[in-house]
Amino acid sequence: MRYLPHTEQDIQQMLDTIGVPEIDDLFSGVPVDCRLPRPLEMAAGCSESEQLSLLAEYAQNNAPVSTWDSFLGAGAYNHFIPAVVDHLVSRSEFYTAYTPYQPEISQGTLQAVYEFQTMICQLTGMDIANASMYDGASACAEAVLLALRCGRNRNRILLSRGLHPQWRETVRTYCRYLQVEIEELSIDPGCTTDLSLLEKALDDRVAAVVVGYPNYLGRIEPLDAIAERVHHSGARLVAAVAEPLALGLLKSPGELGADVVVGEGQSFGLPLSYGGPGIGFFAVKKADMRALPGRLVGETSDQDGARGYVLTLATREQHIRRERATSNICSNQGMCTLMVSIYLALHGKQGLRELAGQNYAKADYARRRIAELEGYSIIDGTVFNEFVVRCPQSPGQLLEKLQSQRILGGVALTDDYPELEDGLLICVTEQNSRTQIDRLISALAGGC
Amino acid sequence: MDFPEEYKYTEDHEWVSLEGDIVTVGITDFAQDQLGDVVFVELPEVGDELQSGKPFGVVESVKAVSDVYAPVSGEVIEVNEVLPDDPETINQSPYDDGWMLKVRVVDPAVVENLMTATDYQTFVEG
Amino acid sequence: MGVEQKRGLVLDEKLLFELSDPGRVGYRLAPLDVPPVLPSEDLLRDELSGFPEVSEVDVVRHYTRLSTWNYGVDSGFYPLGSCTMKYNPKINEKTARLPGFADLHPRTPDTLCQGALRLMFDLQQALAEVSGFPLVTLQPAAGAQGEFAGMLMIRAYHEARGEQRTKVLIPDTAHGTNPASAALCGYDVVPIASEGCLSAAVVAAAMSEDVAGLMITNPNTLGLYEKEIVEICRIVHQQGGLVYCDGANLNALMGISRPGDIGIDVMHFNLHKTFSTPHGGGGPGAGPVGVVDALAPFLPVPLVVKEAEGYRLSDDRPQSIGRVKGFAGHFGILVRAYTYILAMGGDGLRRATELAVLNANYVRARLESVYDLPYKERSLHEVVFSEGHLSNGCHTLDVAKRLIDYGFHPPTIYFPLVVKGALMIEPTESESKQVLDEFCDALLTIAQEAEDAPQLLKQAPVRAKVKRLDETMAARKPKLRWEK
Repeated sequence: MRYLPHTEQDIQQMLDTIGVPEIDDLFSGVPVDCRLPRPLEMAAGCSESEQLSLLAEYAQNNAPVSTWDSFLGAGAYNHFIPAVVDHLVSRSEFYTAYTPYQPEISQGTLQAVYEFQTMICQLTGMDIANASMYDGASACAEAVLLALRCGRNRNRILLSRGLHPQWRETVRTYCRYLQVEIEELSIDPGCTTDLSLLEKALDDRVAAVVVGYPNYLGRIEPLDAIAERVHHSGARLVAAVAEPLALGLLKSPGELGADVVVGEGQSFGLPLSYGGPGIGFFAVKKADMRALPGRLVGETSDQDGARGYVLTLATREQHIRRERATSNICSNQGMCTLMVSIYLALHGKQGLRELAGQNYAKADYARRRIAELEGYSIIDGTVFNEFVVRCPQSPGQLLEKLQSQRILGGVALTDDYPELEDGLLICVTEQNSRTQIDRLISALAGGC
Repeated sequence: MDFPEEYKYTEDHEWVSLEGDIVTVGITDFAQDQLGDVVFVELPEVGDELQSGKPFGVVESVKAVSDVYAPVSGEVIEVNEVLPDDPETINQSPYDDGWMLKVRVVDPAVVENLMTATDYQTFVEG
Repeated sequence: MGVEQKRGLVLDEKLLFELSDPGRVGYRLAPLDVPPVLPSEDLLRDELSGFPEVSEVDVVRHYTRLSTWNYGVDSGFYPLGSCTMKYNPKINEKTARLPGFADLHPRTPDTLCQGALRLMFDLQQALAEVSGFPLVTLQPAAGAQGEFAGMLMIRAYHEARGEQRTKVLIPDTAHGTNPASAALCGYDVVPIASEGCLSAAVVAAAMSEDVAGLMITNPNTLGLYEKEIVEICRIVHQQGGLVYCDGANLNALMGISRPGDIGIDVMHFNLHKTFSTPHGGGGPGAGPVGVVDALAPFLPVPLVVKEAEGYRLSDDRPQSIGRVKGFAGHFGILVRAYTYILAMGGDGLRRATELAVLNANYVRARLESVYDLPYKERSLHEVVFSEGHLSNGCHTLDVAKRLIDYGFHPPTIYFPLVVKGALMIEPTESESKQVLDEFCDALLTIAQEAEDAPQLLKQAPVRAKVKRLDETMAARKPKLRWEK
């Protein structure tokens, strides 16, 4: 077995040192009635070339965005990933390390996370960001838990229906047994959170209001107007960002008054990988520092006064506070924080804005063109790189017809939004050439 | 290790001093030594009502968290504002500058039931 | 061997923000092929103040330098107890990056991702066979999230039967995530004492109809098989409770003993431990959960199912606890784990377990005459020493730091909490006798140094990028981001 270095001679010497005749004797502590009396019923191990050809066969039986024209978004975005990202995260000093428990030999990971925290703060307009969460959905749920912890005696949570449906479901799962009232706020005809309903729903028992920015339907929520109302009632505003590239162009949630900003960072250099791993980011204002879930890296110095980084404020966490911890999380998405950081560093101040601008312009082009088509309509108002199209026929059927032309045309809203049952959510990124967009449009124009 | 005679002590390692119906509360030299470098202190707000035996705050070192329990019942009338910014004061001066809060005690007589310095010293060393 | 032999060049490197130069870029986009338009001015942000402005060369050099300050499994021995830092096969990285996987969008219709769904289904089956549980969900992102999902299922089970149980029993040797996960499910945690192993009598005394279940780790964090586990499960079940097993230590059991066969009701797997996916400097891992039939209705959605017409993501499960994250799980990690299972096969997995246990016992045999061993039962995959033997005021922390100077990653320290100054060593099956001998020699030398020259331990490490860092200052005056 190529991963197992032991020779027969080694094994014998080791058994002699231990003082037992057989390897089986090492399992004497396992009661007889707990032992598996047969071999595992699994295929025999195979060579690397066999592994690769078998898995290539699995992989071929999929429709990846690299060989199909894809207009899928809805929480996972097809962006170009520079070669440098994969090259650098393949440095195995990074990916074969674990959580930096021993800071003296983990400064690479620690400094990279410190830079990640900084860039997330810059993007979101917040004071403090943690070392990352599992994904946007679970970060969103943890933001709700933070608001419940900090908002003494407040146990109502308002979720905008513009928030990603899976994120809403995840919030419900996390709060399932915590005596929390979760209510959904309808969206208005423009597909943003209905402000008058929000005002009515707010009272002194609301701990948090959660809205998407941009929201699931692509719209840019009026965060400042929402923040004003939310703060008036003493609640926290959580801005949940599924497409963070938008922050390269749009005002930051922090600037607009959000108290907590969470989101999914997959857009920044992570492959789609059928939805995971992604990376959740989590940022707050200074006042909530000690209520943060997850790992945090801080700057300090060593005995010689040299600058260095350590995991810090660990007393919030499960290994110390156990059942009173701010979260049960005990890891971050290390490798993914690195990919995000490398991606953001490469694009930098200018690149992120230019790239976000391209996404905006391409989606705008596609949206205008589709709006001109007979039978299709769009919803007015600013969007980023995703938008709702109302279709003359069932979106599900339309998508199937597009598939026959190797086009993944978007996501039907029928199941998640009965109020938009003829809605199709289309995403256009820099990966969609004008030719691709035009092909989509002529397919739609021809009824596919 | 310091065990000033003029204070009373609890099994949760707090010291208490009574003047009139006001008690001052802090953690003992022994407690700060066990905890190591204090990095954060969480205190109640002025006006909060404490209940004897219930936690009123938290003292943290880098790798440990300790609840601090109210030695008496009463209303918090003052907290040591220095501690949030300079938590090391607790290490440097647990019985003086490192005091945590002042409480208007409901029944001053209960303080008499707490341990004397000698009793407390026996308690921690025994 | 001597510390003096280990030398290398360590290059310093500033923060990205300090390297930046206005106007420098590290990207070039394809030209925009549609009319340039922008949203209205009032929606636009000001420039990203302080954001990096660096070239591609800067970025490559920056992260390459940073990487050299790290220590990974590929650098050397990484005996971090409870973390199973085994070798991460390179073919796993390659298969996860196949375009058919890496470029697959999670909202692709099921009919167009049959390969991905088949892989997930086959992985579910493989994990079911290794663990003895009939059903496995792949959704949870990590072990801790798997625990949370498992405990939610336990609560959903009781509620579906109209029972309001409020407590969960957790032994004092448990990982901190156990109580934290139980608390997230609204349970009160009742710690129970163990003496090496948990005794059935202690569980019987703590068990009542108020108790929803027991969370147990098997083998436990001392590396010992819970020898009364069958009886313990029977006692919990008799009073209507369920048994959760923390599967962190499954590497000790593959092909030997299956949790699903001995009375456990639900267990999470750590694919990044047992199934060789990289720890990634802290993640991502994956935390699938196996359950007995009684808990099947409560599994999170979506679940991969196989039907006559093919594989499907099923979310039509009315009693489900719901979803714990977006999409269907950490698919890229699942691919890696399945790749590993293909390489090993059933026999290979059992062999890995045997050699992991052999390695732990060998380290124990080489060290136990010098290092203090508080629990003397037969060890499985890891061994835990205490600091009882150390002289001159040296502590476990000092031993750990000194090991760095000898070129090893330190073991887990100060866990489990029941052992004073715990030094928890898990070698895994990846290490040869030669490596283990070098490691044991280093630990024996360090014990001698503690007697003869304790300052060597107290000052250690002296050969890493930095010396011991001031964690007190970091926590007292937190500085959590760079600012101009």
